[in-house]
Amino acid sequence: MIRFDNVAKRYATGHEGLSGVDLHLEPGEMAFLTGHSGAGKSTLLRLIGLLERATRGQVWVNGRNLNKLKARDIPYHRREVGMIFQDHRLLHDRTVFDNIALPLVVAGMGHAEINRRVRAALDKVSLLKKEKVYPITLSGGEQQRVGIARALVSKPPVLLADEPTGNLDPELSREIMELFVQFNQVGVTLLIATHDVDLINSFDKRIINLRNGRVAADSAEAE
Amino acid sequence: MARTPKPPKFQRNRNPVTWALRHAQMSLSSLGRLSRSPISTLMTAAVIGIALAMPSGLHLLVDNVRQLSSSWDGSASVSLFLNEDVSDEQAEAVRRQVALRPDVAETRLIDRTQALEEFRGLSGFGQAIELLDQNPLPAVVVVRPRADVQGAAAVSRMAQELQTYREIELAQVDLQWVERLSAITGAIERGVVILAVLLSGAVLLIVGNTIRLEIQGRHSEIEIVKLVGGTDAFIRRPFLYEGIWYGLLGAAIALSLVLSSLYLLDGPVKHLAGLYESQFSLAVIDPLSLFGMVFGGPLLGLAGAWLAVSRHLAQIQPE
Repeated sequence: MIRFDNVAKRYATGHEGLSGVDLHLEPGEMAFLTGHSGAGKSTLLRLIGLLERATRGQVWVNGRNLNKLKARDIPYHRREVGMIFQDHRLLHDRTVFDNIALPLVVAGMGHAEINRRVRAALDKVSLLKKEKVYPITLSGGEQQRVGIARALVSKPPVLLADEPTGNLDPELSREIMELFVQFNQVGVTLLIATHDVDLINSFDKRIINLRNGRVAADSAEAE
Repeated sequence: MARTPKPPKFQRNRNPVTWALRHAQMSLSSLGRLSRSPISTLMTAAVIGIALAMPSGLHLLVDNVRQLSSSWDGSASVSLFLNEDVSDEQAEAVRRQVALRPDVAETRLIDRTQALEEFRGLSGFGQAIELLDQNPLPAVVVVRPRADVQGAAAVSRMAQELQTYREIELAQVDLQWVERLSAITGAIERGVVILAVLLSGAVLLIVGNTIRLEIQGRHSEIEIVKLVGGTDAFIRRPFLYEGIWYGLLGAAIALSLVLSSLYLLDGPVKHLAGLYESQFSLAVIDPLSLFGMVFGGPLLGLAGAWLAVSRHLAQIQPE
């Protein structure tokens, strides 16, 4: 589902985000991405969501070579990759419902279908009663769940999360991770960047450790 | 490494009905957004309106003057001012003599008494005239050339011939100032075209700048929409519609400005025309000005928005 072939990313400043990463995630796989800050976790996720392009090597997502993807196809690629951020990236002048509906509106879906799907997504993150409120009135954990609902509402085959539990207390963090495990059970491929080692060790999932832009350890290969 | 089979094509919405529906929704929501800040919207639209109204109004004015001068053009006449010592009988003889010319259609004698009466009635200097012990005005024979004497050159040639009469002090072609007026309107017309071009540029910049600010204000929204897979067209659309609405509002304001100016000018102009014994009244708005405002406004708005959007949207990329 996701494949990196000797991928490097060098920024214009000369900083090397990734230097020679090989990685392969099967469809329906769930993996955690760990490493010190600046190890390249975010860069790796950004390459998958095409927020950046690789300077060397090839990135494959969902059978497509992202290097060959034209700029006008990027929006369509992003519809297949749900992204979740530490800072939620919600629109504060729109209700929870409108925030979650955004990917569907953007894709030109009809009203009835949008209503149905947004309610289903709200139900999954247990926020059904909050659909009419504005994100600012929600707690950090609730805002993160809105962000998650937005990422999954369009049923993308791939979900990426960059430090989704970064600002949350351990209990909320666990809830969020368990939510991800549930999505994985219905076939979604997940890649979650986090530095919360204790939390992820309690899940029996693949852990990829990055160090200085390279894969330093991969629990799947260690076996 | 095994090559994956060729990936499926991305699904693009190509249904024209949904497409049209989305455009309709987008245009309405853009209007809704504008109506939420009515003061600033109206202020921008008013600037556009004034910019559109100026060339249209001037064009209309020139158009009216041109109509006026063309209606006088046909009745170009030569006024023969007779020497002061010519008696009324002699003046009548001169008139008859001139009327015999083949190129003359009509002659009219205004003798000295009549001239004085007319002057007293129209000039407002009636009382001053009373103070004079003799009539200072000469008798005038007004000559209207036949219709086949066309143009200023022909009429002034005729005037030159008439000038040679002993009793005639001055043969004045009344066409001259009509010609000058038409030259002036021609120059102003050119000025109007230049003004229209300049002000169109101004409208473009005003809308462009307004939309640029709007884009900056919605920076994070644009970023997030790009993040969840919004196409450039999708992101562009509300701004382009805003440009169109600004233009349309501006056109409406321009139209009402021109119409109300016409209304305000109508009375005085009728009065003025009355003083010249003319039936002239201001023409209503001409098709060109109307077309220019109603279509030019939204078109300029769209172009201005496009300018801003193409410059600034690409710069916003999600991080």
